[in-house]
Amino acid sequence: MNITDFISKVEEEFEDIKPNSLSPGDVLQEKFTWDSINALIFLAHVNVEYDVEITAEELIKSVTVQDLYNLVESKVNGKQ
Amino acid sequence: MAIFQVPNINVAGISACVPEDVYHNAEYDWISEKEREILIKTIGVEKKHHAKKGTTTSDLCYVAAEELLTRLKWQREDIDLLIFVSQSRDYIIPATSGLLQERLSLSKSCIAFDISLGCSGYVYGLSVIGSMMKTGAIKKGLLLTGDISTLNTSYRDKSAFPLFGDAGTATAIDLTDNAEPMMFNLQSDGEGYEAIIIPDGGIRNFADKETSFEYHKIGEGIYRNKFNIALDGIKVFNFSLREVKPNVNKLLSEFNMKTDDIDYFIFHQANRLMNETIRKQLKLVPEKVPYSLNDFGNTSSASVPITIVSELSEEIASQELTLLLSGFGVGLSWGSVILKTNRIICPPVIIHKD
Repeated sequence: MNITDFISKVEEEFEDIKPNSLSPGDVLQEKFTWDSINALIFLAHVNVEYDVEITAEELIKSVTVQDLYNLVESKVNGKQ
Repeated sequence: MAIFQVPNINVAGISACVPEDVYHNAEYDWISEKEREILIKTIGVEKKHHAKKGTTTSDLCYVAAEELLTRLKWQREDIDLLIFVSQSRDYIIPATSGLLQERLSLSKSCIAFDISLGCSGYVYGLSVIGSMMKTGAIKKGLLLTGDISTLNTSYRDKSAFPLFGDAGTATAIDLTDNAEPMMFNLQSDGEGYEAIIIPDGGIRNFADKETSFEYHKIGEGIYRNKFNIALDGIKVFNFSLREVKPNVNKLLSEFNMKTDDIDYFIFHQANRLMNETIRKQLKLVPEKVPYSLNDFGNTSSASVPITIVSELSEEIASQELTLLLSGFGVGLSWGSVILKTNRIICPPVIIHKD
């Protein structure tokens, strides 16, 4: 997996994020409503796309888009 | 692994009943309009039915059962088994099943008992009624399932209030020589008992006038007391996405079946995002996965049968169908069953004027 691909899929998933508007350094809270509902949408997305499970504690620690990517990537690598 | 089959058990009919009051989530003013729009879209619940205070699950099940028995033209004295699956009983004691046995004018030789399960309750209930009827050569039985969940839900809890609806259902089962077996895969994991819980009012935390009724802030937009249902959304979500797919796949492979062999997959109506994710995990086409969430919300152990009644009543009455039913949630408890139906009695959802 790579971060460009990861970002474009996240942009597709969330309606209030426009295509090509996210970059790795963006703070999640500033880009869109990073609340419990959107957290669930994100969990569902990575489950179907990457077959990984993320806990609430892990999500809360993620501040930027890069953090989210690192989290998912570490889970994907952990499976192999 | 609890994978097993029960032969000679036939579903003769299914009915469902909801209270008349309709709650539209568009009215839910505890949260902002924008948040409300996203919430309704994500959980997939536009409206649901709320019971008036004093109406019980057994009232709804009673109406559903009366209608079903009338349509089936079953004699009351022939019914030797009644099982009531619910987590919202009429009284702390006694069990509700006895009240229903009497109210439905069933004989005193009828076995009646309660099972305390929620989301998985319909599938578990089918396994218990099927197994008892087969081993006891009981010819006719009634499985009554459902919950009044809205009474225990805090209005100021955006994680629970918009989700739940009230419903009661009745399923008539008979012992038939040539019926295809029902095939089950049932599982449980009590480690997650706190993921969906009403903490007070049982024996562990007996009702306390000082602490049980006091509201606490749990999170943004979430206030509840100890009699309110508490949902740990992310825990339940992760559990369902982890367990349902392997449970379904194991059941199919154990009996040498493929998803193509199933006409419809009827899942417990948890919420749209969760159910759609499970559908995608299992690579099922939308046409094979009916939803009733939009009109009834999450109705606990009634959600599988009410989906059959509201979405498939004409088809299930006119042709043979192979169904996979799957329930998952509170307990944590989950299970699936594959069964064949042969032109069953399935009247439209009944509205109860309570």
